[in-house]
Amino acid sequence: METMEGSKGVADVVVNCEPDVVACFPITPSTHIAEDLNKAYMDGKLKTYVTVESEFGAISTIVGGSAAGARSFSTTSSQGLALMHEVIFAAAGIRLPLVMVVANRSLSAPLSIWNDHQDTISERDSGWLQLYCETNQEVIDTVPLAFRIAEELMLPVMVCMDGFYLTHAVEQLDIPTKEVIRKFLPPYNPKIKLDPENPITLGVYAKPEHYQDFRNDLDDDVHAAREKIKERSKEWANIIGRGYGDGLIEKYNTDDAERVLVAMSSVCGNIKEAVDELRANGEKVGLLRIKSFRPFPYDEVKKALTGKKHVGVVEKDMSAGAFPPLYVDVASALYSETVPLSSFIGGLGGRDITVNDIKELFKKLENEPVREWILKRELPLK
Amino acid sequence: MEFKREDDLFVSGHTACAGCGAAIIIRTVMRALGKDTIIVNATSCSEIFSSCYPTSAWKVPYIHVTFENAAAVATGIAKALEAKGNDHTTVVVIAGDGATYDIGFGIMSGVMERNENVLYICYDNEAYMNTGIQRSGATPYKAWTTTSQVGTVRQGKQEWKKNLTEIARAHNIPYIATSTAGHLIDLTKKVEKAKKIKGFRLINVLSPCVAGWKYPPNLTVKLAQLAVDTGLWKMYEVENGKETINMQPKFTPVEEYFKPQKRFKHLTKEDIEDIQNKVNDYWKNGKGEIYG
Ligand SMILES: Cc1ncc(C[n+]2csc(CCOP(=O)(O)OP(=O)(O)O)c2C)c(N)n1
Ligand SMILES: [Mg+2]
Repeated sequence: METMEGSKGVADVVVNCEPDVVACFPITPSTHIAEDLNKAYMDGKLKTYVTVESEFGAISTIVGGSAAGARSFSTTSSQGLALMHEVIFAAAGIRLPLVMVVANRSLSAPLSIWNDHQDTISERDSGWLQLYCETNQEVIDTVPLAFRIAEELMLPVMVCMDGFYLTHAVEQLDIPTKEVIRKFLPPYNPKIKLDPENPITLGVYAKPEHYQDFRNDLDDDVHAAREKIKERSKEWANIIGRGYGDGLIEKYNTDDAERVLVAMSSVCGNIKEAVDELRANGEKVGLLRIKSFRPFPYDEVKKALTGKKHVGVVEKDMSAGAFPPLYVDVASALYSETVPLSSFIGGLGGRDITVNDIKELFKKLENEPVREWILKRELPLK
Repeated sequence: MEFKREDDLFVSGHTACAGCGAAIIIRTVMRALGKDTIIVNATSCSEIFSSCYPTSAWKVPYIHVTFENAAAVATGIAKALEAKGNDHTTVVVIAGDGATYDIGFGIMSGVMERNENVLYICYDNEAYMNTGIQRSGATPYKAWTTTSQVGTVRQGKQEWKKNLTEIARAHNIPYIATSTAGHLIDLTKKVEKAKKIKGFRLINVLSPCVAGWKYPPNLTVKLAQLAVDTGLWKMYEVENGKETINMQPKFTPVEEYFKPQKRFKHLTKEDIEDIQNKVNDYWKNGKGEIYG
């Protein structure tokens, strides 16, 4: 255990995963990860570190690295991820096992550097796996897991951590060493790569008789990733002595709960706090934390929530003119059940969702389902 | 030239640091441009310190969209004015070196090649300052930044500064000039001249940054002047292909420029000699490298 910033912990564990190609472009709140990786490179602890001219350059560089058979990593946030968008889809389509830590931040306009999930949620249909972490320790433990799963399944993985709440928090962290990681994460030696000894064509053009089949395969393989995530999460948890639910979801006092909130990432810390306080008063409340948003754990969610009196989905993102994305997925998991389901949008652009706010939400779950924004305007728009 | 503060178009209340070169440049540029101006600002320190809701430091129309696309947004505005028969309003980009040398460079090259009717002011503080001092294509050789750190194996930026002004010149645009935050009369004259020219115009302005270069805030003007006096920053303009050097270097030793700046504090005697030789070579033999 060592006291450090969350970002430093992420950089350290990335170094211990021994990547070949690292390319980063600074953007708040992921910047400290990029800076700490640069320092590692300047100290000779990383083989490469490319100071690209944009996020478009960053993702493209690691696509090149990965296509040439190298373990490749980047980190970004918000506008940076949005700028990568075209290549995000291409990387999944070419089936490159990239790992990217995204420090979640809101999208412009208005410009905001603070946390919500709009950036990664907006890439949910790309074919990348998306793992949302609650704590810095979970992010650190998830990075080696992400490389393992990515390289086994030939699918890129986004590890999502809340900007500022996690990236800038200083706390005691345990960084798995190279030796420990090597036990779990074998050297990356892909069969398919750009190799003059064995030439293959990547990034092909496909006509209507083939295009859809590529997309179909991608969809099937992301669905199939659920089992692999569970299996490898268990194995890795046994090695490091720390685990996070079954790898897909984490249940916190869910089983006997009547009212349950569903959420992702660091706000779950506050929800757990609220659950503890309300439980101390005898209220039967619980939390279902979604870690794997893609693939979405339909069966697990359905099993965990069936029969509940009222479930509320709390999320830091929106889909203007529609129910928000996490709510929609939870609702589809429950489509054959009659579980009253509320939608709460909040925490956008860094507005805190406090323990008291969450208690209010649990109170709302005593009434009819609603679709609401948490915390109305704090200050009137001038 | 006399200005009354109440006539300023970029006004106090913004949140730039004490001694910020960019704020000095922008105020000066706005005085020279006048009211009939539309500003397109790239994401940067200047955008953050001038436009935080519900305040604004701008008394002319202003838009910020993203970090990389200011030149294209400005093109659209220029085209809209053209379509509406407006032949008087000046469309001006204000962007940092990160936006200009790096992330927005491809877009800007297209805008230059088409010779769009845009005046582009780059304030070059030689790093991404807004996000906390990361290296850019404009960061000088050997300078420390948080992504050109001083490590045990490598120390400072390993590459020389990109020569943006010369790359712009290769696009055959009608007007290109350099200036600095320490030469405000020169800057004013260049903006006034550029304003009257149609087509793409670039003024690349060296902009010392207290937080990023790590020097006391009272040295901003002095350092900008030293950059020119040492011969590191070339003060010149190119009008329709004709180059004029506006100020000859005094060949003050480059060390005097480096010394007050902590971003250079790890430089060895050999590093400084090496850079000095390159600068000498540039001015005496037309070889070597300078920063401009
Ligand atoms: C696509 C994208 N990537 C990264 C950022 C984060 N970012 C905002 S401003 C900035 C640096 C700006 O540097 P520069 O243009 O030199 O202006 P300065 O801050 O130095 O004034 C960066 C990296 C962003 N807003 N958008
Ligand atoms: Mg800059």
